[in-house]
Amino acid sequence: MKLLNLLNIAWKAIIRNKMRTFLTMLGIIIGVAAVISMTAIGQGSKQSIQSQITAMGSNMVMIRPESNVQGGVRQDNANVQSLTEADITALEKQPEFINGVSPSVSAKSQAINGPYNWSTTVQGVSPAYLTIRNWPIASGIPFDAQDVKTAAKVCLVGQTIVTNLFPNGGEVLGSDIRFKRIPFKIIGILSKKGVNTFGQDQDDIILAPVTTVQKRITATTYYQNIFASAIDANSTDQAVDEVTRVLRASHKLQNNEADDFTVRSQAELISTFTSTSQILTILLAVISGISLLVGGIGIMNIMYVSVTERTKEIGLRMSLGARGMDILLQFLIEAILISVTGGLIGVALGVGTAALVTGLMHWPTLVTQSSVILSFLVCFVTGVFFGYYPALKASRLDPIEALRYE
Amino acid sequence: MDSVIVDIKNLKRDFTIGEETVKALNDISFDIKKGEFVTIMGSSGSGKTTLLNILGCLEKPTQGVYLLDGINVSSLSNNELAGIRNKKLGFVFQSYNLLSRTSAIENVELPLLYNNTFSAKERKEKAIAALEAVKLSDRMYHLPSQLSGGQQQRVAIARALINDPVMILADEATGNLDSRTSYEIMMLIQDLNTDHGKTIVFVTHEPDIAAFSKRTIRLKDGKIIQDALNQNINSAKAVLEALPVLTE
Repeated sequence: MKLLNLLNIAWKAIIRNKMRTFLTMLGIIIGVAAVISMTAIGQGSKQSIQSQITAMGSNMVMIRPESNVQGGVRQDNANVQSLTEADITALEKQPEFINGVSPSVSAKSQAINGPYNWSTTVQGVSPAYLTIRNWPIASGIPFDAQDVKTAAKVCLVGQTIVTNLFPNGGEVLGSDIRFKRIPFKIIGILSKKGVNTFGQDQDDIILAPVTTVQKRITATTYYQNIFASAIDANSTDQAVDEVTRVLRASHKLQNNEADDFTVRSQAELISTFTSTSQILTILLAVISGISLLVGGIGIMNIMYVSVTERTKEIGLRMSLGARGMDILLQFLIEAILISVTGGLIGVALGVGTAALVTGLMHWPTLVTQSSVILSFLVCFVTGVFFGYYPALKASRLDPIEALRYE
Repeated sequence: MDSVIVDIKNLKRDFTIGEETVKALNDISFDIKKGEFVTIMGSSGSGKTTLLNILGCLEKPTQGVYLLDGINVSSLSNNELAGIRNKKLGFVFQSYNLLSRTSAIENVELPLLYNNTFSAKERKEKAIAALEAVKLSDRMYHLPSQLSGGQQQRVAIARALINDPVMILADEATGNLDSRTSYEIMMLIQDLNTDHGKTIVFVTHEPDIAAFSKRTIRLKDGKIIQDALNQNINSAKAVLEALPVLTE
C-alpha cells in the first residue's frame, strides 16, 4: 500500500519531465539494445559454425599424412605417400570405436559436358564416405563396392556441378561428363550441403570410386586423406586413439618415432572454432556493457540534477509528513523505473536489431534467453546502484533548509 | 473548547555559529487552546520563524517542553516527527509550495499519500471535500500555472485541511498576495476558525493582518514582549465589502 503510493508519486514525477526522462532512458536503451544485438550476433555465428561442422558429419574423424622433411625438402601434405590401402584394411579389420572408413584422393581439373565446362574437383572415395559425411543422395543411386573394385567410370555430382554443366536442365542422371578426357557416367546427384563456414562451396564436387580416380586420373597408389566415423558422438576421442594405434602399428613406427599422420575429429574442430567466436561474443558483450555503464552514469547524473532541482519539493514533502525513507524510496523507484523501462525498450530494440541484421545482411543471429535476462537484471541493478546515492542525498536534506531553497 | 493544543514551557533554542551562541528563543512559555486564532508577530530576527519551525515539528527545541495535543514532541525521533506533521499539522506557506504540473486535486491529496490508512478512493473524496471547503470545486483539475495566486493559496489551504489537523500553521500566508486577495484569504481563514473550529497559528509582520486574529503574540530578541487578546477583531468579510469595487 505504502509502496504503491510511492510508486504512484515516482511515476507522476517521471511523467512531469517526459523529455528529460526519455533522454536519460536513451542511454540505457542503447546500452541494452547493444548488449542484446551484439551477443545475438556473436552467439549466432557460434551456433552456425557449430551446426555447419556438425553437418559435415558430427562423428567424422579425419586422417591426414604428416608433412615430413625428406632431404631438406618440405613436402605438401597431399604428396606424402604414407596413407595406403594397407591402412584401410587395418582400420577395417577389427573396428572398436569406428564404423566406417573411406580413403580420399582428389584431383582438380575442368569437367566438361558438351559445350559447358566447369573447373571443379573430383574426389575418389569409397561407398562409406556418404555415411561418414552424413550426405544423402538427392536422386539416383550411390556407387557400390563392386564399382570400386572394377574402377568403374561412374560418379555422383554435387548441385553446383549440375547448375554449371547442365544450365538448360535436361536429363542429368545417366549422362556422361568428361574429366581429364575420362568419361564418367552420372549415376546419382548429391543433396545440397551449401557453403561451409570457411566459405567453401561443398556442392562443387564430383565423387567417384577411389580406384577410378587413382588409376585413371592421378595415377597414384597412396591416399591423400582417410575419413572415418566414430560409432557415436561421445566416442570420437576413443576413435581418434584407436585410429592412431592402428595406424602406428600399420606403419610399423617405433615407440620413439613420431606419428607420420595426424588425426583430427570434428569435436576438436568445433571447440577450436567455437572458442574463436566465444572470444568475439565476449568482446562484443564487454564493449556494449561499457555503453550500458555509461547509460547508468547518465541516470546518476540526472538523478543528482533532479534532487538539486527539486530540493524545495523534497522540503515540502517532508513538511507534509514524508520520512527520509519515503524520499529515498521515491527517488530510488524513479531511477529504477527509468532504467527498467529503458531496459524493456532496449530488449525490444535489441531483438529487433538482431532480426534486422539477419534480414538485411544475412548474418546468423541468436538472441539467447540468458542475454535478455542478464541485461534486464543489469538494468535493475544499474537503477539501484546509480539511483541510490542521489536518493540518499535527497533523504538527508533538512526540511527547513530544503523549504527555503530557491 | 478549552482543551490545550500547544503547551510550551521554558522553551529555549540556541544556534551555534562558530564560537558564538545565538539564542533564537530564550525561555518562552505559552499555551494555545483549541479553537484559537493566534498571530505571531515580530521583526526579522525576533525568533518567530524558529518558533514556527518548532511548532511545526520541523526542528526540536534545545531545552524546555513542547506538548502538542498532549504529545511531548521534544523526545521524538525524526521519523516520529514526520508522522506528527503528517497527522496533526497543516502547513500554509508564503510561496504556496504547490507541485508544478500537478493538478489541484493531486496537490491536495499529497499528505494522505504518506498515510497508510487511506485508500485511493477515500483520498479523492477527502480532497474533493477540502477543495469544496475553500470554494475551488470548479478548479479541481487545473494546474497551479492555470490558477491565480489567491487560488493557489486556497489549494494550499485545502492541502493543509485534508488530514483534519489539530492546528494549521501559516507562514506569511498572505505575503505574496495583493491586499484584496489577502483579505479573501483571511476571510477564508476566519471562516475556518469560527465556523469549523480550526486552531490557527499565523505568522505575519503586517499589523492589519494580525487585526483579524483573536490573539497576538509579539516576539522580540527571542522573548515574548506581548501576549494579548484582541479587543476589536476585524472581520475580513466587512473589510472586503468596504473596499471600492474594481472597475476594469
